[in-house]
Amino acid sequence: MTTDAQLSRLYQDIVLRHSRNPHNQRRIEAAQAHADGHNPLCGDRITVYLQLEHGHIREAAFEAVGCAISLASASMLTDAITGCSTAEALNLAGEVEARLAGQPATRDLGEIEALSGVRAYPARVRCATLPWRTLQAALTGAAQTVSTEAETR
Amino acid sequence: MFDVGRIRADFPILHEAINGHPLAYLDNAASYQHPRTVIEAISRYYEHDHANVHRGVHTLSHRATEAQERGREAARRLLNARSVREIVFTRGTTEAINLVAATLGQSLRPGDEILISHMEHHSNIVPWQLVCERSSARLVVVPINDRGEILLDEYHRLLSERTRLVAMAHVSNALGTVNPVAAIVAAARQRNIPVLLDGAQAVAHQRVDVRALDCDFYAFSGHKMCGPTGIGVLYGREEWLQRLPPYQGGGDMILSVSFSGTVYNELPYRFEAGTPHVAGAVGLGAAIEYLEAVGLERIEHYEAGLLAYATEAIGAVSGVRIIGQAAHKAGVVSFTVDGIHPHDLGTVLDHQGVAIRTGHHCAMPVMERFGLAGTARASFAFYNTTAEIDRLVAALAVARRMLQP
Ligand SMILES: Cc1ncc(COP(=O)(O)O)c(C=O)c1O
Repeated sequence: MTTDAQLSRLYQDIVLRHSRNPHNQRRIEAAQAHADGHNPLCGDRITVYLQLEHGHIREAAFEAVGCAISLASASMLTDAITGCSTAEALNLAGEVEARLAGQPATRDLGEIEALSGVRAYPARVRCATLPWRTLQAALTGAAQTVSTEAETR
Repeated sequence: MFDVGRIRADFPILHEAINGHPLAYLDNAASYQHPRTVIEAISRYYEHDHANVHRGVHTLSHRATEAQERGREAARRLLNARSVREIVFTRGTTEAINLVAATLGQSLRPGDEILISHMEHHSNIVPWQLVCERSSARLVVVPINDRGEILLDEYHRLLSERTRLVAMAHVSNALGTVNPVAAIVAAARQRNIPVLLDGAQAVAHQRVDVRALDCDFYAFSGHKMCGPTGIGVLYGREEWLQRLPPYQGGGDMILSVSFSGTVYNELPYRFEAGTPHVAGAVGLGAAIEYLEAVGLERIEHYEAGLLAYATEAIGAVSGVRIIGQAAHKAGVVSFTVDGIHPHDLGTVLDHQGVAIRTGHHCAMPVMERFGLAGTARASFAFYNTTAEIDRLVAALAVARRMLQP
């Protein structure tokens, strides 16, 4: 059973601010790294674009069709990783996934913490993780489209 | 009078509380709920009658066999098939279609064509893609218009001497369109082309008569008509079933096996290899009896009222666009709300006890046709009420306040 408080936490202001006006929602032509992600259960699709310079992410952007949670997550992602080294970005992606899967915080994730409202909604966790998985694919050069169902099937 | 209150009393699950609210179950196109008679028939079977079928001389084996065959006879009655030899049990609609694809598909040659429509469920697309790949036959798709209706002129144009089978939904799960199946079958029969109808979304909403329809195959699922999951039916015209090669091999589908040659069983057992889902057949039979007792004509009439009410009420919500506005529809209102993704809508509605489906409804070509990633879909059964539709509309208002920019 979900409570009013849990629903308000899922759609808290900061999440809705990002989903209504996502940051860096655009295509980067000639991006050095990019990857596509897909959630076959709800049809969400995302492409993450990265402009790299000396092992750092100079610019991050995305294009997506998706729900409020996936848009907010992608928007926060681009904010968080701009300026990071690729290793830091991968590290952060791992940390966010673990946090969304219910593991305790090991460091302050800032506004990304707001996404953990999905934990009360098992069917929605993958909405929040999709952009991060896609980021990982873009950074590690995995060729295929990332699917949120890859590990459950 | 249609006493929906009395009907609802027969369905235990309709009295569940969801997130502190009474359940408004509006996801019937995905799966129906079950009246107590179905649940009890299944437990009674397991408590008193279970054994393997067709195999033992002992009493329970005999009872189990009879129980299964009563389910088959009920399915024959439901479809008005000529004989129980034409009623093959499958796992559901999907397996029924795959059965035809795997058997009839063996005779396909390069250049042959299978004709489907743009509004099919994936289960009436992918099996044909698979056989077409194997045989170099072509899958030809009849387009639909912006209201979600099959373009009959195009259908007539695309039917040709190359067409080996027409496979179409009777009722679309994503749009609710009731297709003009009589016209579709008539045109194909003139050319001696067999027709398979996917009746998954039809059998619980109206009386279906395969003899009147004159189709060659008709598929449906138990769980979309108050019966259990894991059981469904393929009706096949006897002449066709006689002609088809076996589907799966195993026990029950044979009369005798030897290494010099195996003799296959008679219809319908020839297509039912292995120990069947006997309890499923029992539950299916009980579901059919329940639908018959309520009356399919009365159900159709009552649901038409619900659909009209829902179309008006949902359509009046600002920002709503109804996808699928065919002149003849059944049981489904698929819609989008400006500025709200269907997935978010589904979560906020569920929070208020209103269960709808969101996404592509296993009909991605339909979504692509309308330029959408997905829709929200409310789908109705005869146990739904206008009060539940009011709750859906009220929940939409909450979602708009919460989520719209
Ligand atoms: C029109 C239609 N065809 C086929 C199917 C597949 O049915 P099942 O999953 O029971 O095999 C469905 C159910 O989703 C459907 O709505």
